[in-house]
Amino acid sequence: MKVMLLFISVLSIGFSLPASAAQQDEFPVAPPPFTEGIFPCSACHAGLGLNTKKRVLKDEHTTIELRHAEKERWCLDCHHARNRDKLKLADGETINFTESYRLCGQCHGNIYRDWRAGIHGKRIGFFKGGKRIYFLCVNCHDPHNPKFKPLKPEPPPIRPELQYGK
Amino acid sequence: MMSMGALAGFSLGSLSCTKTGVEEFLQKHIREMSEGEKKAVIGRLEAKYLRQYSRKVRISTQPAEKGTLWGYGLDLSRCIGCRRCVYACVKENNQSRVKPQLQWIRVIRLKKGSLINLENAEHYYNPETVPEPGFMYMPVQCQQCENPPCVRVCPVKATWTEPDGIVTVDYNWCIGCRYCMAACPYKGRVFNWTEPNLPAAELNTEVHYLGNRPRMKNVVEKCTFCLQRVRQGRYPACVEICPTGTRKFGNLLDPNSEIRYLIENKRVFRLKEDFNTEPKFYYFFSA
Repeated sequence: MKVMLLFISVLSIGFSLPASAAQQDEFPVAPPPFTEGIFPCSACHAGLGLNTKKRVLKDEHTTIELRHAEKERWCLDCHHARNRDKLKLADGETINFTESYRLCGQCHGNIYRDWRAGIHGKRIGFFKGGKRIYFLCVNCHDPHNPKFKPLKPEPPPIRPELQYGK
Repeated sequence: MMSMGALAGFSLGSLSCTKTGVEEFLQKHIREMSEGEKKAVIGRLEAKYLRQYSRKVRISTQPAEKGTLWGYGLDLSRCIGCRRCVYACVKENNQSRVKPQLQWIRVIRLKKGSLINLENAEHYYNPETVPEPGFMYMPVQCQQCENPPCVRVCPVKATWTEPDGIVTVDYNWCIGCRYCMAACPYKGRVFNWTEPNLPAAELNTEVHYLGNRPRMKNVVEKCTFCLQRVRQGRYPACVEICPTGTRKFGNLLDPNSEIRYLIENKRVFRLKEDFNTEPKFYYFFSA
């Protein structure tokens, strides 16, 4: 039994290491849409103390209005408290901003499944024989306020009677 | 110019015999072009475009790749009717800009709950912002039918289905009779009633003979799934521009493609399926 357990743990280590590397290849994601000059977060946060109390931010990040299950959560449920340049999953795992789709996928499981298959979201570039880019969830949805905003439509087509005259 | 594809389709379709046999039958009235003759035609057209637009246009004749059959998916639960696709298509495919304004994609607006009521569709809608409450939007373009009525009615075989499933037009062979436009139940084809108005500065110089090369007066044109792009492995222009990720594209023969996934896992339908046109354009609902 012990041998069996050992075998399983060796297997799981063996698989979990290349899995994260493979994930990078599988999802060649677009750069996260950071506000100019805001990243790395540690540039400012390194010198600041840690306050884990849920509160409205008054001094910095005042343009961020959380409209994303704001009653249930706040900044440090997704942003890593001690490693500011990273995100954190519910199980405590630290992940990069380029892997943020895993964070979103924790709640939005069916959307995450479609995104991985290329059905939700957007891919551009070459689907074969060249570089392909996958848009991250946050390239289209503001993570703090994710509802897609209405757009001004492009002009309607010109009516035939105006095109050619009567 | 009788194109390579038209002849290939002809010889395979109606006479399944050897090349010599075909040539004997046709008595040199119609014969397949040699590589040299094709090159001469491309050279002549490139020189013509250079004179016309003062810009060097490169005309590709890249053939269809074996094992590809292109299919399209459009997510009706995501489309917001912003028409970004319409204008990206015009830019990529060198359509006439104004007088006549030709567009290959028509976005129609339908009342929610009456999706099948196409007679009451509106495509001149112009609100401040989209989506509007109570409406949904359905872009319609050439559906690249497997059984295309437009091809069947062409009296001069100027339009045909390529081996990768794209219905193409040889603009130099088209006589402008517009039978194909009358036959198409999707309004997928448009006509150059006057000399196209394409400013030289806006010309896309990477073109394909069967796709986005500049057209002339009196010919029909249509969506080719951006044949010049997809044969190089790139997504069509409308897929790339769409801000909501509504548009999906892929190889129907590849079981791992995005298009196959959505056909197998989502609720899909094909427009006017009852006409037996067998479109390769799948509308679906992701939510």
